Amino acid sequence: MTVSMKIGLPAASAAPIISVAGLTKRYGPVTAVDGISFQVERGELFGFLGPNGAGKTTTINILTGLAKPDAGTIRIDGLDCTRDPKAAQHLTGIVPDESNLYPELTGFDNLCFCAALYGMRKDERKHRARELLEVFGLAEAAGRKFAGYSKGMKRKLTIAAGLIHRPSILFLDEPTTGIDVASARQIRQMIQGLHGNSTTIFLTTHYIEEAERLCDRIAFIVNGRIVRVDSVPNLLEPLQSRHVLLLTIPGAGQQLAGQLAAAFPGYDIQAPAKDQLRLEAEAAIPLGRLVRFIEEHGMDATEARLLRPSLEDVFIQVTGLEASLMKKEKERSGGGGQ
Amino acid sequence: MKRWIAFWSILVKDMRAYYLKPPNISWGLIFPIAWTGMFFIRSGSGLESTLSILPGVMAVSILFGTTSMLAVTVTFEKKNRSFDRLLLAPIPLWLLMLAKTSGAILFGIVNAFIPVLLAAFLTDLSGIAWPLLLPAVVLIAVASTFLGLFIAVSVSEVFEAQTFSNFFRFPMIFLCGLFIPVASLPIYLQPLSYLLPLTYGVDILQGAIRGQNALAYPLSFGLLALSCIGLFLLSLRNIYRKWIV
Repeated sequence: MTVSMKIGLPAASAAPIISVAGLTKRYGPVTAVDGISFQVERGELFGFLGPNGAGKTTTINILTGLAKPDAGTIRIDGLDCTRDPKAAQHLTGIVPDESNLYPELTGFDNLCFCAALYGMRKDERKHRARELLEVFGLAEAAGRKFAGYSKGMKRKLTIAAGLIHRPSILFLDEPTTGIDVASARQIRQMIQGLHGNSTTIFLTTHYIEEAERLCDRIAFIVNGRIVRVDSVPNLLEPLQSRHVLLLTIPGAGQQLAGQLAAAFPGYDIQAPAKDQLRLEAEAAIPLGRLVRFIEEHGMDATEARLLRPSLEDVFIQVTGLEASLMKKEKERSGGGGQ
Repeated sequence: MKRWIAFWSILVKDMRAYYLKPPNISWGLIFPIAWTGMFFIRSGSGLESTLSILPGVMAVSILFGTTSMLAVTVTFEKKNRSFDRLLLAPIPLWLLMLAKTSGAILFGIVNAFIPVLLAAFLTDLSGIAWPLLLPAVVLIAVASTFLGLFIAVSVSEVFEAQTFSNFFRFPMIFLCGLFIPVASLPIYLQPLSYLLPLTYGVDILQGAIRGQNALAYPLSFGLLALSCIGLFLLSLRNIYRKWIV
């Protein structure tokens, strides 16, 4: 699927299109967003990555005017949105974490209605609605009520609704959560297509692989605080020098891990699963010596796999959160995403 | 111009999605007819009592038509988060809420004229002061709709909206002079009557239909209009405080 429509070209300017400083939001005793600052460049695909409850949706709600900050400043395309949250609403498209179109309206009518909210004239909105339905592969379902759509179709139409007025900035809140794998893949392709058309995209997700695959820069947010912001290559760079080897050894366990650790000082050796050992080292790991050592202990290494350092490793290192926490959330939210 | 495109689209969407649905049209017809029949039976009199019950039936039709529909539709849209789409649109909140309430206002006005239409078959309506009655109906519809908006903003569940609506509506039937003149109420209840905007609307209707208004028209119109403005501003304030948090 290709996203060939023109989504609105941002004005040529070097200034960041989104600039946030010291943003804070409290709900009673809970600080949902704790003094965060970041900037998003024009045309950038900026990822906001963190577990559920980290403050991702609250941040989007504040940026789009659905919530009021307790402190901090927001500028969108040079407009001060701190005092007047409506100032930049004509520039932004929002795809919330829930598909929230009107169940009683058809797909076509939903898009036309959303276009009208941005003041588009009748002919223009009908043309744009047909164009988007075509692009998102929903043309055949245009006359069906939104209530009867599948989850994936609802998600696609909700994204189409966010794009109806050709926004300069698109806020995507968990776009692939809870939908099937095929739809999630299509949506990721759409996001890449939009990014190719210079639309600035602010993407929140708790799918680490999704963020790694799509984003130019990523902010890790945990407990309302941004713990790191950088480009994906820069985030991965410190781990590039690490060598990680995953060995499959039937019968291997903590005992063999201990013996290996004693024989190969400087290696970080763990037994992450039954019959598996994970070795991590600063330098390349000599396979011959390793295999001989294993055979001398009466076991066979049946498989050796060199692991590429992933954003998940960086996330764990930077946030101190277990990868399993994100994975559990992935499962809780209905899988699909990856 | 762009704002008014949005305004018109919200109004048309609500009319199509809610107010012009067959169950609501039939509800809008059946309800006033039922009230008319009920008060005919209760009065025990003949067709000559038509004009005496007409102001009350008109007012109750508007009150129930507007508050029921608006409180439920807004709460429903807020609950399924489609209302967020409206809040995210680049139109001022006051205009958005006017668009959202216009459908209910029109529905209330149409409801008000169903008893009038029925009464036209039963009695002579030539004595009605239409220049007074028409703006009074509009203002009662606006005030009742804004009361429905206030209720919708105060609750989060559809069933709460229905329950909370009745908390206001049923006492108003008895306190606002719809069928029992305010002067006939116990003295300690009368101040409460004059706190409710519908009292002033019904008094204008009583004057327009039967020439039996208790208050001066400018006073009633003024207080009714002020109530509309007050309820609308209060609802906007509550939206800012409760929905944009």
